[in-house]
Amino acid sequence: MSDDGASPAVLDHFLNPRNVGDLPDADGVGEVGAVSCGDVMRISIKVHEGRIAEARFRTFGCGAAIAASSVTTELVKGRTVDEALKFSNQEVSAALGGLPAAKSHCPVLAEEAVKAAVEHYLRKRKT
Amino acid sequence: MPSIYLDHQAATPLLPEAFEAMRPFFADAFGSASSLHQHGLRARDALVKAREQMAGFINAESAEDIIFTSDGTESANLAVKGVAHANQRRGNHIVVSATEHPSVLGSVESLEKQGFTCTKVPVDSEGFINPEDVRAVLTDNTILVAVHYANHDIGTIEPIRSIGEIVAGRGIAFYVDAEASAGWMPIDVQALGATLLSFSSHKFYGPKGVGVLYRHRRARLEGILHGGVQESGRRAGTENIPAIVGAGVAAEVAARELPKRAGHVARLQKRLWEGLKAKVPYLKLNGPEPGPHRLGTNLNVSVEFVEGEGLLLMLDTRGIAVASGTSCVSKSLKVSHVLSAIGLDHALGQSAILLTLGKDNTDADIDYVLETLPQVVSKLRGMSPAWDEFQRGTADSVIEPRVKMKES
Repeated sequence: MSDDGASPAVLDHFLNPRNVGDLPDADGVGEVGAVSCGDVMRISIKVHEGRIAEARFRTFGCGAAIAASSVTTELVKGRTVDEALKFSNQEVSAALGGLPAAKSHCPVLAEEAVKAAVEHYLRKRKT
Repeated sequence: MPSIYLDHQAATPLLPEAFEAMRPFFADAFGSASSLHQHGLRARDALVKAREQMAGFINAESAEDIIFTSDGTESANLAVKGVAHANQRRGNHIVVSATEHPSVLGSVESLEKQGFTCTKVPVDSEGFINPEDVRAVLTDNTILVAVHYANHDIGTIEPIRSIGEIVAGRGIAFYVDAEASAGWMPIDVQALGATLLSFSSHKFYGPKGVGVLYRHRRARLEGILHGGVQESGRRAGTENIPAIVGAGVAAEVAARELPKRAGHVARLQKRLWEGLKAKVPYLKLNGPEPGPHRLGTNLNVSVEFVEGEGLLLMLDTRGIAVASGTSCVSKSLKVSHVLSAIGLDHALGQSAILLTLGKDNTDADIDYVLETLPQVVSKLRGMSPAWDEFQRGTADSVIEPRVKMKES
């Protein structure tokens, strides 16, 4: 997408976000960003037999940030832990039909939140 | 779905009378005001009339004091750079307030690269500049003081007369950016002590593409566009006659209707703010309380735990058009320099939206906003990790902290 208008996929995920909230017995939680910078994303995951069984999000941010988080919870569901560690922001952009340059940090934050959640899960498992 | 426009600081709809007045100057009376034949004469006559309308609008001593430009940004560039270049033998020091529009601050920054120096006078937590702070920083080298009449972002009305008196006593040029206030407050350049003052007509129902710079005849000003003798040599380039004609009409109507318009928006502003305050918890008004020291069109509020641009987008899907951050920088990801200058917490800066009223807004508009905005805020807070932490008690509110800070 070349201009700053929101694509239909962005609007859909923004207005009807999937998997909002937390998982009370989450296996991993990743929170990235800062309110003072304008974006915070928190992604919680439940892992079953080495795969992400459930993912939920909470986001403080613009429409693109909320849409990126929402679509990410759908994308990572069913992936193995190793696959989730390779999760890429380009997948998020593609799933949203592309994002303007000014919003390119939103998928990056979503990628970082997923990786932080998985790393949290791996750390918890070790101990 | 209703369509409620609350972004009049960015643009206003064109007044039908202005549109009608402009119409002949596109295809019929299309001549250039510089041409010597009858087509040129007709354009020149229109230009003379608009210049008189503008002079009347701000009580300028003479229509010759009016320079037409392309918009407020060009006027600010011409005022700041034009005064600096014309006075560089006398001095190189410029004084501005910290909350000036980017067109003023950017012009000053470009001059700093050429050897000029600048002092930014700070503002208080409501955006007011203290005239004594201006007096304190003036030097023998000071050639220009620039302070806006009212702030574009938070509506603060500055003590321009007091600053004007201080500056006039020193023989320094005093530039007043009246972009946000023109059409909504009476402007009298002589009473204000302004030697330069700018505004543009799309803020009060005139067309875009025309700005006005008033220049007192004794203020030295060098043009920044070269290659023509238009506007007494101070602004080269073919005049945008249709827009100038429309702007003149819009100014005349704005002056006539000013008490009615200003009273109307101020009443709606008060209703909107009181209503929002009652319905949305953890809300902060940025800038002064509605009243004599705040522009009647402007409400800038921080909605804690929600990000402003997300709020803007969701309001837009419900038919309400607002701005986030500032109307000029909502595409850049930075917090407005105005909100930083008043010392607003950075998180609250990210949560700011700007609602600017106009003459055509109605009580029904306000009712709809008061019904819709709380719903949208609830929905976004429901997704916000910051709201979640606040609910769990692991983080506190900046606006209304549960844990009071110990008095130190």
